[in-house]
Amino acid sequence: MHAFTPPGSAPASVSVTVSRARLTYGGAPLFEDLTLRLEAAEVTCLLGPSGVGKTTLLRLIAGLAEPEPPTTVTAGDGRPLTGRVAYMAQQDLLMPWLSVLDNVLLGARLRGERRSPDLIADARGLLARVGLEGRERDRPAALSGGQRQRVALARTLMEHRPVVLMDEPFSALDAITRLRLQELAAELLAGRTVLLVTHDPLEALRLGHRVHAMTGMPATIGPALEPPGLPPRAPDDPTVLALQGELLRRLAA
Amino acid sequence: MRLLRPLVTLAVLLATWQAVVWLAELPRFILPGPLAVAAALERNAGLLLMHAGTTLAEILIGLALGVLLGGASAILLAGVRTARRWLMLVLVVSQAIPVFALAPLLVLWLGYGMASKIAMTTLIIYFPVTTALFDGLRRTEPGWLDLARTMGASRAATLWHVRLPAALPAFASGVRVAAAVAPIGAVIGEWVGSSAGLGYLMLHANARMQVDLLFAALFVLGAFAVTLYSLTDALLRRALPWQPDSHAFDERD
Repeated sequence: MHAFTPPGSAPASVSVTVSRARLTYGGAPLFEDLTLRLEAAEVTCLLGPSGVGKTTLLRLIAGLAEPEPPTTVTAGDGRPLTGRVAYMAQQDLLMPWLSVLDNVLLGARLRGERRSPDLIADARGLLARVGLEGRERDRPAALSGGQRQRVALARTLMEHRPVVLMDEPFSALDAITRLRLQELAAELLAGRTVLLVTHDPLEALRLGHRVHAMTGMPATIGPALEPPGLPPRAPDDPTVLALQGELLRRLAA
Repeated sequence: MRLLRPLVTLAVLLATWQAVVWLAELPRFILPGPLAVAAALERNAGLLLMHAGTTLAEILIGLALGVLLGGASAILLAGVRTARRWLMLVLVVSQAIPVFALAPLLVLWLGYGMASKIAMTTLIIYFPVTTALFDGLRRTEPGWLDLARTMGASRAATLWHVRLPAALPAFASGVRVAAAVAPIGAVIGEWVGSSAGLGYLMLHANARMQVDLLFAALFVLGAFAVTLYSLTDALLRRALPWQPDSHAFDERD
């Protein structure tokens, strides 16, 4: 029996290492001998142009893509990662036929878990924390893009997984909604090992403990940029702005 | 105006029909005017009602059986790889045989009663329903499947909770087509060999030059088809409130 966990609380943290990663596409190597380490309980941002293989790397960790030998994905504690990863994509991936509450409870439904009052209270608590109290019975179509992505965030947290993989989760949102959601995500994801794949240097610098640029053909991952201070950093923070310039230079290189 | 428009169209069509009959001085046994058909409809109301009851029962039972069997087959094909490998070919090849050609055989096997007509209706509906649902099941949003995988869903749970609900709008299109063609199946069956039903009545009216009665039967059949389609459509819309409105574009112009 495990102890009662408050809504959205983080499970024991674990680091993840991808090493000697290799991906060939149509005969040509997209990347080779690539290493990426996700520090335990930190947000690692992976920044890079489209088609460089960021999403593939994320899918490898998520167990959604078959690793090409000699690629290995290992967790810091040596146990397999299966069942310890939650996934959030650019689209909200809400099921239009389910209510907001049922969407948050999707994982339990898919695993055939009983809908205990505790579980439902947990889901309601998470919805309240993402600011959607009272919308539990609405269908996703009744929500705005930002609200839908909030539900997706609540659904991701509902999984109580130590590792959270996010593939451009805020890129379809308008600027202001994006800033608000970044703050909310930083607050709620604290304590988890997060990989955030993004196009947006500002987003990476606001949310990341460590920011990597992935560029080139075949792609390489640059050394981590570690912005000072704790996320979420203010978008007009002078160090953030200065590092943004540095990051753009690295990306263009 | 939206109610008035079809009425005006109908009135113009009927007037044209009557005008052609008058101007060309067509004899009643070649083409009776709408007034003569209306008179035949009234004169033979009891007879038409009796035969219509038989045909309606054949249509409804055939529709229910065809939709059930087609739905079950599609789920089997989508859910079980072995079934897909062995039965897909059989399904496609079976469609190369014109179903109408089977009608005499069905009468031979199942007799002159309702069974052969129900079988005919079921057969004609089975394929569109099966392919519509099977296509829908194959075209699940890939992001949903990824999400289900990271949530640890079994194949069966993914089929039942994600792929099937996502395929329901496609299934609904199949059922709409089925509702529109079901009367054809029943009438073809009756033409080949029967002792009751609107098809039987039309065949006999035609042989006895009672063309006004033939048109009256045709009118009843048409009314069935339109009502059945509208009811099915309304029912499916109510059952699937999340699906995008397929009539959105013609309401705008």
